[in-house]
Amino acid sequence: MATERTFQEINERIKSGKAVVVTAEELVSMVREKGVTRVTSEVDVVTTGTFGPMCSSGAFLNFGHSKPRMKMHKVWLNGVPAYTGIAAVDAYIGATEVHEDDPLNSNYPGEFRYGGGYVIQDLVARKKVRLKATGYGTDCYPRREIETDITIDDINEAILFNPRNAYQNYNCAVNLSSRTIYTYMGMLKPNLGNAHYSTSGQLSPLLKDPMFMTIGIGTRIFLGGAVGYVAWHGTQHFPSFIRDQDGKNLGPAGGTLAVIGNLKQMSPRWLVGTSFIGYGATLTVGIGIPIPILNEEVCRYAAAGDDELYAPIVDYGEAYPNFTPSNLGYASYAELKSGKIQINGKEVPTAPVSSYPRAREIAGILKEWIKKGDFLLGEPVQLLPNADAGITANSLKG
Amino acid sequence: MAPKKVVLRFGADIADQPIIYKLVKDYDLVINILKANVNPQKEGTMVLDITGENVEQGMEYLRRAGVQLQSLTEQIIQNEEKCVSCGACTAICPSGALYIERPDMAVRFDSDRCVVCHLCVKACPMRAMEVRF
Ligand code: SF4
Ligand code: SF4
Repeated sequence: MATERTFQEINERIKSGKAVVVTAEELVSMVREKGVTRVTSEVDVVTTGTFGPMCSSGAFLNFGHSKPRMKMHKVWLNGVPAYTGIAAVDAYIGATEVHEDDPLNSNYPGEFRYGGGYVIQDLVARKKVRLKATGYGTDCYPRREIETDITIDDINEAILFNPRNAYQNYNCAVNLSSRTIYTYMGMLKPNLGNAHYSTSGQLSPLLKDPMFMTIGIGTRIFLGGAVGYVAWHGTQHFPSFIRDQDGKNLGPAGGTLAVIGNLKQMSPRWLVGTSFIGYGATLTVGIGIPIPILNEEVCRYAAAGDDELYAPIVDYGEAYPNFTPSNLGYASYAELKSGKIQINGKEVPTAPVSSYPRAREIAGILKEWIKKGDFLLGEPVQLLPNADAGITANSLKG
Repeated sequence: MAPKKVVLRFGADIADQPIIYKLVKDYDLVINILKANVNPQKEGTMVLDITGENVEQGMEYLRRAGVQLQSLTEQIIQNEEKCVSCGACTAICPSGALYIERPDMAVRFDSDRCVVCHLCVKACPMRAMEVRF
């Protein structure tokens, strides 16, 4: 009889220490060896991981009130502006915000040495962060200025809330132009000098549950070294499948997640301030998602290997910046990870910009948490829209 | 002409003098400041890349002005605390000094193959590749 499991049944097995948990990497080879039916009957949970730059990240902070009270109108953390268009001593520090005095790209390519992602890493590293705020003074909030040191332990709340993380799949970026370009996919050498890709392929969370059969609002995850949750689908969530000219399914693309968690419990190993020369500052985030093997279909999807998952090759010299179509084909993650691919008959060296070893480490940590009974699966209160929802992207006019 | 790399050490007595300005202006040298740590009233150090016809005369001027000079050979090192093995440097490094070990996908650095081109220093998003003298 075909195996069927519920979240509750799996959680009971986790609590009694009997759950069988494997990483997505392990699952790929197990299914190749034993077949999907047998592995579905044996495995309860598969763990995934990804560790890469995720620009749509940031943290809500509540500093606590000063004496006299103050309605903060402008806030800087180590010189990096935070958004304060919310209540008096609340702010949101965004990962890509840069230091107030950053020369940006005026000395091209700019270095973007410090930004919101670094503030977040310094906070979780429990370093002192300089808080400066100004206000316009009101009857209830008279104070107009404050400058003081804070640490993450002496403010009320620090909540990581990232509106778009864990891209399901991503472009393989190349440069057809004749000059070096500096992008969020790294430095791209002219005339197809290199090709950069950015998911962990067969370990990548949303490549392993492409139809969102198990991941939804309330899914408990590994986030920045602590426990976090899926809050919603991410911004620019366009779940779909890539198909080549012959209609062959080349794997999923386009889904994203909004995630949330307690920043106070996270770690500087899994939230790392990052700077791309000529592009800007950001935050590298570690995310791991457990996938419950509810049935054979979930298992089959989760067992897709690097040779079955593809990234579209996109020219960042012309096509991407101008938002025009690029038709350079697709490369499988197996090819991308081999170190070279063929584009237009030319052999091009490849390199990742997200860390496969760290992704593997995350999947391993999550596996241990679950095996030890410390981490129960969160059953989604609502699943996320999938490829059948027919969501399409809007673009700006003007 | 290959640039000459030198470390300059200033005593507290001369740290506030316009020495670099004079070096550039009077000796017509092109300088690139690789590292600087000069505070008035304190000792300072500075690492310069110097190019031009009159490099030797310029050095002589610096010695006369009381600056201690040391020419150096520069090295690139990988800060293992900072490197996350993302791989973003590996297709950029022209010498194969930075490479991915397969199938583990860990990024390794073989300093013997490094040609000190500085590309990784700029390209590493974690600033894990550092210049050492
Ligand atoms: S780019 Fe930097 S962090 Fe990434 S592998 Fe190279 S040295 Fe390590
Ligand atoms: S300095 Fe140049 S040769 Fe040396 S490791 Fe960096 S990129 Fe490679």
